[in-house]
Amino acid sequence: MVKVRIWGSLAAFTGDRTEVEVEAGNLRELLDGLAADFPGLRPQLDRGVSVAIDGRVYNDSWFTPIEPDSEVVLLSRLKGG
Amino acid sequence: MALDKNPETARSFKLVGTRPLRPDGIDKVTGRARFGADMSAPGMLVGRVLRSPHAHARIVSIDTSRAEALQGVKAIVTRADFPAEVPEAVADILDNCMAGRTAFYDGHAVAAVAASSAAVARKALKLIEVTYEILPHVTDVDAAMRPDAPVLHPGRADESVPEGTPGNVISRVQYGHGDPETGFAEADRVVERSFRTAATHQGYIEPHACLATMGADGQADLWCCTQGHYMVRGTCAAILGIEAGQLRVTASEIGGGFGGKTTVFLEPVALALARKAGRPVKMVMSREEVLRASGPTASTSIDVKIGMTKDGRITGAAAELRYQGGAYPGSPVEMGTMSAFAPYDLKNVRTVGWDVVTNRPKQAAYRAPGAPMAAFAVESVVDELARGFGLDPLDVRLKNAAREGTRSSYGPTFPAIGLEATLRAAKDHPHWSAPLGEGQGRGVACGFWFNFGGDTCVSLNVNPDGTVSLSEGNPDIGGSRASMTMMAAEELGIPYEQVRTVIADTASLGQNEVTDGSRVTFAVGLATIEAARAAKRVMCERAAMVWGIDPEAVIWEDGAAKPAGPNAGKFEPMTLADIAAIASNTGGPIAGHHEVNAEGAGVSFGTHIVDTEIDRDTGAVKILRYTVFQDAGCAVHPAYVEGQFQGGAVQGIGWALNEEYIYGEDGVLQNPGFLDYRVPVASDLPMIDTMILEIPNPGHPYGVRGVGETPIVPPLAAIANSVADAAGIRMTDLPMSPPKVLAALQAGAAGN
Repeated sequence: MVKVRIWGSLAAFTGDRTEVEVEAGNLRELLDGLAADFPGLRPQLDRGVSVAIDGRVYNDSWFTPIEPDSEVVLLSRLKGG
Repeated sequence: MALDKNPETARSFKLVGTRPLRPDGIDKVTGRARFGADMSAPGMLVGRVLRSPHAHARIVSIDTSRAEALQGVKAIVTRADFPAEVPEAVADILDNCMAGRTAFYDGHAVAAVAASSAAVARKALKLIEVTYEILPHVTDVDAAMRPDAPVLHPGRADESVPEGTPGNVISRVQYGHGDPETGFAEADRVVERSFRTAATHQGYIEPHACLATMGADGQADLWCCTQGHYMVRGTCAAILGIEAGQLRVTASEIGGGFGGKTTVFLEPVALALARKAGRPVKMVMSREEVLRASGPTASTSIDVKIGMTKDGRITGAAAELRYQGGAYPGSPVEMGTMSAFAPYDLKNVRTVGWDVVTNRPKQAAYRAPGAPMAAFAVESVVDELARGFGLDPLDVRLKNAAREGTRSSYGPTFPAIGLEATLRAAKDHPHWSAPLGEGQGRGVACGFWFNFGGDTCVSLNVNPDGTVSLSEGNPDIGGSRASMTMMAAEELGIPYEQVRTVIADTASLGQNEVTDGSRVTFAVGLATIEAARAAKRVMCERAAMVWGIDPEAVIWEDGAAKPAGPNAGKFEPMTLADIAAIASNTGGPIAGHHEVNAEGAGVSFGTHIVDTEIDRDTGAVKILRYTVFQDAGCAVHPAYVEGQFQGGAVQGIGWALNEEYIYGEDGVLQNPGFLDYRVPVASDLPMIDTMILEIPNPGHPYGVRGVGETPIVPPLAAIANSVADAAGIRMTDLPMSPPKVLAALQAGAAGN
């Protein structure tokens, strides 16, 4: 299981928890697992998120590995100028 | 994914870090460079847009019959000429390019004409009869959040918005950890202030422009000024219901973008006109159109509350951020909410952001979107607390600075970062200790930006004469062709002059993310290095073939293939030119390419110091001295890095002191021109000094870190803090234009 930190306003869809656990070995499994375990997160996941894995931010690379002790943080989808 | 765990930070570079002439320089100073408006085509028509004069109005009817009858008019399009249904991802973009049932802001496109001349097109616009039903409007973010405000898009709020929230609020976001209230209770002083920032425009010199053709066979070509021609291709194809592969987009030279050219405005309209007329159509925005109808940044209203102990430790921090992003959802409030307190190591922090719609043009990205306004508010309060305790504001920032291992205010734990290094460099710099004159002040502020990477393709071809052609897919805004040329030449071990880099069209390379997010030198640089390495592998194989040895026994060194050691055999090195000359004899043309989604870019921090002097008679703020300190990871072409630092500071100076969208009571923009919307000019500015720090980014082979956006984050606050130091007034409402500063001086009190 991977511990995932989510941002505060998403806690409304995870039973008021800002840290949840998901079975995942990579980014794709993480996003699929979040959607399956917390259907209330789906609209946001569909709109897009970024994910920080051990301090580095990933947007799309499904097969980025996630270790069980990785720090995983869900972030609003980053946009730049 | 592209993370390279072994940056060659220890290697000594021959080219990287030098300052060769830019390859596009001669073209640009002699007028040979072709920008968006410089392309022509046989039989070309002139396109013009009819725009709403109202801030908010229902479009009852559009009668184009009189305009169509005008000689020389070849096509007129309205929303009816676009597909009724488009993918959700582009629905708002289409509605922004051509209004549907409602005109949502002054300047919103409602129809467009293609005619044989500009004069005919202008006349035709006057003959189009639009019947409007004027609706109540709102342009201010706080007013738009009131329960009695006219609602632009009933029902558009997403699931994050609490029930009962006024209808122009589209989303809510919250970040942070710990409990700010606990932190405030531990503080010796708590300061709470409200701030407002005006909407500003990126102010690029080149207006939006494009030339579109579309044949009866469905093949289309588009030449345009953009930060991302692949984005233009995808967006236009989706809006027009055509196949992306049938639309080839070529990016012109670009006269500035700063985020404002990361979306489309004219391009789908020009294609629709070209399709209808069966002729090429060129469209060029006037400056007035650029200001009224392209994408400025959000205006904001922000409350900040920070608690601090008397020795300068921040114990609690909270902020509520309200950003209006114009007539459609998507203001950069999320990034403001995430970045507001990023420079600080905080136990108790909470930020709440609200995305709000108003009757203004749909905002577009502007360098570190959302961050400068948040930094203005937070850094102003940090400064006020530090000064109140009589503490050195740099020492306070050092005491609270985020470092490797800090849990950031937006969640992730920071890896190695350069904030502390910029603060120490600032403290050690002569600027910080230089004496100030009477009536002068000094301010400091920090800034943060995320940076990112994204889809990237590079193709490198070795030519028969030993020169190299490099194709990349990102429009060159800040000198990236020079940087790519340098990295390719460095990797290949050949002179800079032997490589020429071009920006390829959308048919020539795979998908490329837009030139944004400070990504190009990082991501395209990474792909360039990998493409060069691929070509070197091929060249080593060719040399091995000639020598009759194993390819693994050949290495590439100083621009030539060499036997790896004595056991490989004794052969004279074969240079790139030697191998290129016999490519036809050894298997054919030699190339290297690399395609990657370059994720894992490293974050960036900067610290700015600025000295100001206030004219107590007029309220004018003069910038006396300005120094930027920022971590570039590895400065490939230091002059361009310095240029990014200087440009960000100057745009921030404009944002802080002069620039603002001014709307009248009628919701119409009052200052759509550079006379009344005043950007800083050279005579307003001192030389902007810079100090580049190089703390290698482990995510890039040479340690490169994006530098383009962070420099616009600190200036707003640094200048406000400097004004506070100079005149004892805390300006909380941007811009700090002379009338506001004068009023604050006359009020003679802190605050305005």
